[in-house]
Amino acid sequence: MIAELGLVALWLAASLAALQLVTGALAQQVGGDELAVLTRPAAIVQGLLAAFAFLMLLVVFGQTDLSVKLVAMNSHSEKPLIFKLSGAFGNHEGSMLLWVTIMALAGAMIAAIEHRLPEKTMLATLAAQAFVGLGFYAFLLFSSNPFERLPTPALQGQGLNPLLQDIGLVFHPPTLYVGYVGLSVAFSFAVGALVTRQVTPDFARIMRPWVLGAWIFLTLGITAGSYWAYYELGWGGWWFWDPVENASLMPWLAATALLHSASVLAARDALRAWTIMLGVVAFSMSMVGTFLVRSGILTSVHAFAVDPERGTFILALLAINIGGALLLFALRAGTVAEGKRFSVLSREGALVFNNVMLSAVLGIVLLGTLYPLVTEAFNVRVSVGPPYFNPVSAIFVFPMLAVMAVGPLLRWRQDGMQRIGRPVLIVALVALLVLAGGWTFASIHLLPLLGLAFSAALAIAAFMPLRGRNLRLLPIATWGMVAAHFGIAVALFGMASESAFSKEKLAAIEAGGSADVGPWTVVLTDVVPTAGPNWTALEGQMLASYEGGPPIAIAPQSRNFWAPPQETTESALVTRWNGQLYAVVGRETAEGRWQLRLWWKPFVIFIWLGGALVALGGLLALIGRVLADLKRRTVKARAAERRAESAA
Amino acid sequence: MRALSTIHTALVAFMIIVTLPVAAQDAVPPAPYANVQLPDPAQEAKAEALMETLRCLKCQSQSIADSDASMAGDMRSQVRERIARGEDPEAIRAWLMERYGDYVSYAPRVSETTWPLFAVPLLLALVAGLVLLRRLRGRT
Repeated sequence: MIAELGLVALWLAASLAALQLVTGALAQQVGGDELAVLTRPAAIVQGLLAAFAFLMLLVVFGQTDLSVKLVAMNSHSEKPLIFKLSGAFGNHEGSMLLWVTIMALAGAMIAAIEHRLPEKTMLATLAAQAFVGLGFYAFLLFSSNPFERLPTPALQGQGLNPLLQDIGLVFHPPTLYVGYVGLSVAFSFAVGALVTRQVTPDFARIMRPWVLGAWIFLTLGITAGSYWAYYELGWGGWWFWDPVENASLMPWLAATALLHSASVLAARDALRAWTIMLGVVAFSMSMVGTFLVRSGILTSVHAFAVDPERGTFILALLAINIGGALLLFALRAGTVAEGKRFSVLSREGALVFNNVMLSAVLGIVLLGTLYPLVTEAFNVRVSVGPPYFNPVSAIFVFPMLAVMAVGPLLRWRQDGMQRIGRPVLIVALVALLVLAGGWTFASIHLLPLLGLAFSAALAIAAFMPLRGRNLRLLPIATWGMVAAHFGIAVALFGMASESAFSKEKLAAIEAGGSADVGPWTVVLTDVVPTAGPNWTALEGQMLASYEGGPPIAIAPQSRNFWAPPQETTESALVTRWNGQLYAVVGRETAEGRWQLRLWWKPFVIFIWLGGALVALGGLLALIGRVLADLKRRTVKARAAERRAESAA
Repeated sequence: MRALSTIHTALVAFMIIVTLPVAAQDAVPPAPYANVQLPDPAQEAKAEALMETLRCLKCQSQSIADSDASMAGDMRSQVRERIARGEDPEAIRAWLMERYGDYVSYAPRVSETTWPLFAVPLLLALVAGLVLLRRLRGRT
């Protein structure tokens, strides 16, 4: 019954999306606005219905209703409740329903609270949102129905991949999806503005908070996902340039560029067409990522060719949505004037430079991710990994970081070198000192060394926009920029340090033996069996001491899940301010010794602290923008009242 | 205490038999340097740098440095032994690519099939330069 309720809600939501599309589109015609009043309510009810359908899916998973095919395939009665619930979106159908739900809710939000745009643009935006949504509703209802029943209920479920049974993975997918799908709002705004040709600074100001919101979630999602891969996979790495990771990085790169170009449009009425283009590209990258992850194409192009139904469906959606938007862009871009002009040495100049650099990095990540798929289709298998992505993206990343250090110091429109000469000199000197020091005293590879130098320079440069300003009067959004740019420096420092200074130790030791890694001494006191609700494990009990200090007890495990049967390694971490000890216990060797893998990773947590700071910066900027806007509106309202009074 | 630890050991052995069917397949002991580092840290660093750029052929996007698969262990041992013998890392990579195909290396090399991977970034740099020149020149 509950599954059927969910399915009915989904069909109703889809029909409301159709209504929203038709009424929103008709309103663009002369005299077609009789039904326009229905568009906003349709969007709101559609959002509520989709959310209801998703809630029903959570309920069937919570109850482990094994007559529902999806539950039988992906859940198990002996699983903690929280992982039963997270299992609802730990599979193809459920995650697509989550996607559609967030998309519908985002549409409902703009329909409910966004009243600043010209109504015609707003209706076109909601129609675009409904159009994209309809494609995904069709995908769910026709080829990925999450509520499908089994002819006879299963006796027991097949379980959820144990790697996904982790608290990090309860929050990671929803966070990332809010980011991915939140960008659909930017896409729809861009299409709406193209339809009515209303690309103005006001438009950018209105779009910006929505993009910021999605971008914050995307930043958090990527940061959390990276930390999850780091501690859960037990390999000590934090970024693998894996296609799934790249799929989340690409929308982030595009959204970052979009945020900055929207700022130029809002402040200076320049970069109109470019901002619209990025709005289209950012959500397109979300869809490309979904296609890569959800079509099965990554396991093998050939597996994809054998069962192409779903993949082809998403590919068709991609082609229609992206192709349609780009066609509209091509037709209308000419009529959207370029906007105000500016000199090279100006805030806009720096932002344009970094927009181009971000786009180039995006292009390289896209190329490196898709290229192996292309060659595989021709039966040639190649691998593209860190040795390609790191140096090739660095060609564009380091110039970008340099401009990022200086850009915020520049004035809008035009600036002179003599005004910013001194701060630039200081920043450059810091970078050069670190570079020279690293080169002479430590043999560090070029990229990590550059990373260290740039992070030091950027950390100082990030605070320079504050000099000479009254800190109490500084807009919150400016604090946001400082925090986000400083966060990039912090994360970069963590990455470079991890790469340059990590120490690894492989040791096979008996209980009672010890091993050293970097400043740490680790004693393996015992190996004991232990058990959890749906796993058994061997636990290595260790005492770790830093430079002979007091011992800290840690207990990494090698876990065996039985539904489905799979082995996982649970690493144990000791976090200090200056780094992390990472311990993994492996198999027993023939001589009765235990295989340990230990790492000392100096400053590695700075990577994720930096990511969190970047997200915090985004949050501050969002708060600042929204507050400033509310203030502006009250001032306007008061002025209008006063006018009304004086007129009376 | 002694009895207790014997029970522990027995329990551990029991758990391994019951819960590690995977381990049973690996009855053959791993290759000598699969999980053993080279004594010379400089050589080990070289070997590690190479291992991180070689693909585990039995896993889904994992380097041999990160993999628990026995084949990855054999390859790690090969790499370490050859490095210890003084072979050049790139020569070892070439040897592995000869044996397993280009797929084994995460560092694509320029070839008939891979040249666009290198041409496109150059093109991107060129286009980026042109766009910037056009956008930024003579704007005062």
